[in-house]
Amino acid sequence: MILSMIIEYMGVKEINGSIIVLDGVKDLSFEETVVIHLDNGQERSGRVVQIEGERAVIQVFEGVKGISLTNTRTRLLGHPVEMPLSTELLGRILDGAGRPNDGLGDIFPEKRRDINGTPINPVSRVYPRNFISTGISSIDCLMTLIRGQKLPIFSGSGMRHNELAAQIVRQARIADDSDTDFAIVFAAMGVKNDVADYFRRSFEDSGVLNRVVMFLNLSNDPIIERILTPRCALTAAEYLAFDRGMQILVIMTDMTSYAEALREFSASKGEIPGRKGYPGYLYSDLASIYERAGMIKSSRGSVTQIPILTMPNDDITHPVPDLTGYITEGQIVLDRTLDSGGIYPPVSPLPSLSRLMKDGIGDGFTRADHSAVANQLFACYARVQEARSLASVIGEEELSPNDKKLIEFGRLFDNKFINQGYLENRTIDQTLDLGWELLSVLPREELDRIDDKMLEGHYNPDNQ
Amino acid sequence: MDNLIFGINGPVITLLGDTGLSLMEMVYVGKDKLVGEVIGINERETTVQVYENTTGLHPGEEVIGTGNPLCATLGPGILSNIFDGIERPLKDIEAISGDFISRGVTVPSLDEHREWNVTLTVNVGDKLSSGVIYATCPETPVITHKCIVPPALSGIVEQVKPNGKYRINDTVVTLRDDKGRLHELSLCHKWPIRTPRPTAKRLYAKAPLVTGQRIIDTLFPVAKGGTAAIPGGFGTGKTMTQHQLAKWCDADIIIYIGCGERGNEMSQVLEEFSNLIDPKSGRPMTDRTSLIANTSNMPVAAREASIYTGITLAEYYRDMGYHVAIMADSTSRWAEALREISGRLEEMPAEEGFPAYLPSRLSEFYERAGLVESLGGNQGSVTIIGAVSPQGSDFSEPVTQNTKRFTRCFWALDKSLAYARHYPAINWTSSYSEYLSDLSQWYKSNVSEDFLDCRARITQVLQEENKLMEIVKLIGADILPDDQKLVIETARVIRVGFLQQNAYHKEDTYVPLSKQLMMMRIILYLHRSVQAVLATGIPISRIISLGLFDKLIRMKYEIPNDKPKAQDDYFTQIDNALKTL
Repeated sequence: MILSMIIEYMGVKEINGSIIVLDGVKDLSFEETVVIHLDNGQERSGRVVQIEGERAVIQVFEGVKGISLTNTRTRLLGHPVEMPLSTELLGRILDGAGRPNDGLGDIFPEKRRDINGTPINPVSRVYPRNFISTGISSIDCLMTLIRGQKLPIFSGSGMRHNELAAQIVRQARIADDSDTDFAIVFAAMGVKNDVADYFRRSFEDSGVLNRVVMFLNLSNDPIIERILTPRCALTAAEYLAFDRGMQILVIMTDMTSYAEALREFSASKGEIPGRKGYPGYLYSDLASIYERAGMIKSSRGSVTQIPILTMPNDDITHPVPDLTGYITEGQIVLDRTLDSGGIYPPVSPLPSLSRLMKDGIGDGFTRADHSAVANQLFACYARVQEARSLASVIGEEELSPNDKKLIEFGRLFDNKFINQGYLENRTIDQTLDLGWELLSVLPREELDRIDDKMLEGHYNPDNQ
Repeated sequence: MDNLIFGINGPVITLLGDTGLSLMEMVYVGKDKLVGEVIGINERETTVQVYENTTGLHPGEEVIGTGNPLCATLGPGILSNIFDGIERPLKDIEAISGDFISRGVTVPSLDEHREWNVTLTVNVGDKLSSGVIYATCPETPVITHKCIVPPALSGIVEQVKPNGKYRINDTVVTLRDDKGRLHELSLCHKWPIRTPRPTAKRLYAKAPLVTGQRIIDTLFPVAKGGTAAIPGGFGTGKTMTQHQLAKWCDADIIIYIGCGERGNEMSQVLEEFSNLIDPKSGRPMTDRTSLIANTSNMPVAAREASIYTGITLAEYYRDMGYHVAIMADSTSRWAEALREISGRLEEMPAEEGFPAYLPSRLSEFYERAGLVESLGGNQGSVTIIGAVSPQGSDFSEPVTQNTKRFTRCFWALDKSLAYARHYPAINWTSSYSEYLSDLSQWYKSNVSEDFLDCRARITQVLQEENKLMEIVKLIGADILPDDQKLVIETARVIRVGFLQQNAYHKEDTYVPLSKQLMMMRIILYLHRSVQAVLATGIPISRIISLGLFDKLIRMKYEIPNDKPKAQDDYFTQIDNALKTL
């Protein structure tokens, strides 16, 4: 029998926001997990976030409500916050701190890992270049998703980002591989119960529910626990991908709620705020989440992330979307005007971008003309915007013939190319042919991004 | 005396009492021997920033001083290598800890076992002063490494080893200084990264860093030894522009610092640079490149150090007489690392939470650029090209504003250009270069007498267009008189045909100055010729229908880079086409 001395610390010295302060603590380590027993039988968990000698500042995940200076006994567990890992995770529903809450009992762990993970060595990364077909024209053609990429959806409240994410999950196919070892890790942070339920049902409808791990921290769940949720989810994703060789798609929603939880915690700790009250380390903190996507040399698995965030007041310069855009490899931006015009998915092409696209498309990946078509569509759509703003001043009638054609192209582009059914799955060939069909509306001189040889093959103004 | 950890707050730890450590001293923290640096001392406590993750550290663990500031090891083996922010080779870390970086990995910065083919260039009895070359070895097939006597050391050669194979720590020369002490010189030495390496004198920049990118070389050139900033919101192509510059600029050596950026981007750089054959040498780019990768999820204190490590490596090669270009992507992440550490120290913040010393740190960094004569009499330069990632794409934020004060070249990336996929998305109205007058003599004697006149004409057309566009936006272009329509057409040719450049096109990715000049001449020739035709009363719509403007837009793809005669062909074609009217 191993004799271990379990020391419990009675009471706390200070309570403030989401943190408690203990004094006289011996032998503790930074980021160590603690368990707090309340006299009424409740149990809470937390972790050490700052140490000054024997004084320990502890972040309480479930909140400090009901804690007094005397009614607690706190025990140190001797290790950082860990996540139990096993392939049994597939098909399970867990809470925001990685504990099962679907009533199916505990997970028998094969290993446990620190949820903070460790950074992937840049030289061990495999540069991602496998095209994932989502069957959605705007994404496949203009902001192609690549396996191992992190491509967030920038949305706003009330827009149909959840449908879009669900459609991607249902239709996503890795072009050159069989789908055998495909699985989804879903992390909900501060979303409504309805949203979590919507995702559960859509996973069920597309028959993937037994290949999904769900981490749910809903809007009425403890706020500080939200800081753990993406880390638990990504620890599970990394395990399934890199230890088990699976292709993992991680959906995280809503990153804005996550950042707000971080802000709340930072404020209660009395840290100096940066922009809009968010802590100065928000960039590093978000990076420690987003950078856990990719592929590595020693495993055939991959982690692809689609984080969803709502831009407060649709403002793309808000710190959360802004810093996210600097870390992720592109973004899919949804647009309120398109959405209210009934266009689904309301993907706004101009601010959207996929940074990894250039090396994952073209001959051998999608089709030789892909990059030229995408570039030309972007360039023409940018001109459509100019023509539209001119039309709003002088009226469409007064426009030059070329501008009128641009307006017509813009209308078709919105309604036929971007707009597509929730159940409609277009192949990349269909998408690119549709692109050519639209470009053929325009006079040939307007197409300045495509060389003559390609135009010969595809440009066909009579085919209207 | 044992120094024990008292407090831990993220990457910052504190020790109580008089520790005997000195400011900026490098220390080993805890039983895992994490690398740290002393950043604050007062009579009550000493503050240390730790370059690795501090999870699991206990108060009471020991902190051991090394007696030295944080140093970079300088010697052969830096090129073709990839390091983290404190010059630990990532490939060696991979060999020890696998695909994920674990803590407390100690590896030497440079390979200690590799043997270099060394040629000694001094003899017994020679008097050597700092900066003098005493040995050379081929570091890569294109770069000869020159071992130089470290600054502040001089003396008379007492012993010299014969030419042959040596490892970096083998002594090859022994010096006796004027106090009679012996100094052993090996192939490498250490230098504190936060101290600029001394030089004999700074020289006036007189040659441009030729990049092959038209908007930079022609409109906003940077000098060898100059400083340039590339600010831009996300997705505007900062990284892409830096990659293009790193690949094509005519510096001898490239130091690429990935400071707080994406991991996949670094693996792309690695892959692309090793596959890209440098046209000048016929060898892969990696032969003259060193990468420093401290990605955004790697420890924040090491991110702060990565910029200094990079510039120290650059200065070292400068002292050998090479022209070095540094790409720092992104200096905003470095500034944020400063802010993060400063916040942990509870310092009084200035603007937007950044510490009050942000401007002085930025200026210290950019002042380490320059064209210099080294202590050994070699001429070399360090050019700094720093990307800036302004929060919310707002150029009035502190990092952009302060960078603007200390750099002389400003390539402002524009969101609306990037949205229209006009790359490089450098805005020609808000960008500037202060080097133009310094470099005018060079352009006159090395390219052509009329280069700057052409440039002036091109910018004039763009400015006129800019003014006209305000009217066009209100009432449409149809209403303008023909001569103004011509300005709009010519400006379109300049924007799409000249300023926009396709990095993925074989001919267009790099364009020599001679072709840049020729393209400008052809565009201006068309402009003048059409002006003459308009004067005869022929309407511009007929001229446009000839397709000449669209032809010039495509000329960047159609004129081969090595064909100097194309100019006359185009002149003739323009003349013939206009004659038909």
